[in-house]
Amino acid sequence: MNQLVRMMVIVVLLAFALMYGASALNSSQGYSGANTLTIYNWGDYIDPDLIAEFEKESGLKVIYSTFDSNEAMMTKIEQGGTTFDISVPSEYAISKMKEENLLLPIDKSKLPNLKYIDPSYMNLSFDPNNEYSIPYFWGTVGIVYNPELVKGIDFKSWNDLWDPSLRNQILLVDGAREVIGFGLNCLGYSLNDTNEEHLQQAKNKLKELTPNVKAIVGDEIKLLLANEEAAVGVVWSGDAAEIIDENDKLTYVVPEEGSNLWFDNMVIPKTAKNVEGAHKFINFMLDPEHAAQNVEYVGYATPNKKALELLPEDISGDERFYPRKEVTAKLEVYRNLGKKMLAHYNDLFLEFKMHRK
Amino acid sequence: MRAAEATFPSQNVAPRTRNFYLVPYLLWMLLFVAAPIILIVYDSLFDVDGNFTFANYGHFFTPVYMKMTFSSFWYAFLITAFSLLVSYPAAYLLTRTKHKQLWLLLIILPSWINLLLKTYAFIGLFGTYGAANAILETIGIGRQQILFTDFSFIFVSVYIFIPFMILPIFNALEELNPSLIDAARDLGASPWTTFRRVIFPLTINGVKSGCQAVFIPALSLFMITRLIAGNRVITLGTAIEQHFLVTQDWGMGATIAVFLIIAMAIIMILTGNRARGRR
Repeated sequence: MNQLVRMMVIVVLLAFALMYGASALNSSQGYSGANTLTIYNWGDYIDPDLIAEFEKESGLKVIYSTFDSNEAMMTKIEQGGTTFDISVPSEYAISKMKEENLLLPIDKSKLPNLKYIDPSYMNLSFDPNNEYSIPYFWGTVGIVYNPELVKGIDFKSWNDLWDPSLRNQILLVDGAREVIGFGLNCLGYSLNDTNEEHLQQAKNKLKELTPNVKAIVGDEIKLLLANEEAAVGVVWSGDAAEIIDENDKLTYVVPEEGSNLWFDNMVIPKTAKNVEGAHKFINFMLDPEHAAQNVEYVGYATPNKKALELLPEDISGDERFYPRKEVTAKLEVYRNLGKKMLAHYNDLFLEFKMHRK
Repeated sequence: MRAAEATFPSQNVAPRTRNFYLVPYLLWMLLFVAAPIILIVYDSLFDVDGNFTFANYGHFFTPVYMKMTFSSFWYAFLITAFSLLVSYPAAYLLTRTKHKQLWLLLIILPSWINLLLKTYAFIGLFGTYGAANAILETIGIGRQQILFTDFSFIFVSVYIFIPFMILPIFNALEELNPSLIDAARDLGASPWTTFRRVIFPLTINGVKSGCQAVFIPALSLFMITRLIAGNRVITLGTAIEQHFLVTQDWGMGATIAVFLIIAMAIIMILTGNRARGRR
């Protein structure tokens, strides 16, 4: 028994020694709150060279971690115990985080580069006056398809997905709001509709799509479409850009009935330890040259007007990814529908998934 | 979880010391077994807005979740049945080979590799232009859709679970006294009768624990349903993942988890060792 106690004491002492050693090592390398910047971003959503450049320019050490859904990110920030200085949520997540007081206000006097942002992406309904968020990227939801494999269908309308010749040829992104959203859109309803009757109609309409759906997948959708595993996919515009980069036989279109217009904005979560550094980073990313470099890497559309001018014509003039005003006028931003409605959307989506061919 | 039969040698040790040795064990059970279960039950009693309610349980008995429960059980049953079908002969042959430990190691080896990595490999193998289809084409059958079908889902799950089925059966077969088989032969039993009346009944405990080790995790599979079955197979595990990560309806997620725990407990009781009385 004595031996057991002795062993336990040794283990505890060793644990403390290691903890002290680790913190000493961290501070000797400069990993403490004041001179590090912790960025919490979507996977593969920044050019890594820019992080290196920012580290050199600011003298801050960047710790970079990633998330794969707004919900997972919010849960982590809400629960605390993290020190994220920057995060990049989508618009409905921003309004939710604002409601729950998870964000710190942004001091615009520290962001001289803010003037390069196109005013039409500022002051939007989810964050009036951009008190808490600064635009990072924006995009749409649409259809990526292989014209060689779908003869004569141009997907001007969501209803083209229901074409019987597309049996077992469609991949859908695994998102309740996206799928229920286009179900509502093709019936002429808003994708923020909460009318139960409209939702049921959309569900029944989607049920008829089942024979055409090959699979409902996550990030693998990029790989599968680029490998021509299926002819058609419903995806976010940035994913489409990446897919087309891999396989130029494919093309992307936003159907005419309307679709989702989304924004990912940079915010400073309330967990931030280095608010000063966070502002520096936001200003760095707003610099037109940096923003342009980031667009070439990531592939989504930039809200930075000056950066757009710096980009080659084949990117900035591509109407698939920078749609004209008439098209964007029909697009809708997701409203935060509240937890109850979101749960209902998900139940409908689950029902859709459970239909057997 | 399977601690029901933990008894300590109580002879020569003073009761006090014995209790002292129990402390870490009890603490572990309390912190990592009892507390999480209590928390799950507690969470299941609240709705999305944090109000106390039993509505989640009512919601579970709606057609959507009932259908999901049924399909979870059905697929878990198929996976277990096919695993058993492959594993029993494999384990039997293993016990007859020369270098059993080496062969056993080779069978266990794939389970050292990350599950996600193995699953991703199957996306490549089963794809329209993957290796499996290339073979089908050269032998003249032509390309088939393999990925995102029930077949691929069950195949990959069985592949992943096989080591967990082989090990207990292998151990049971190893413990089997070979002279019993010789005796059966001497007394005129055919090979089939020997298997049915002697070998199988004596290794039934291995089969039971193998089935437990496969059926219970198979019931709550979630990642393979998306990657290999393309969300065409929806199990309770998928729904739990969705509720915790996407809808943040923790109450409903916890409610499904409570039913899964109950289902697992029932399975443990049904397949548990009732041979204790006979010993």
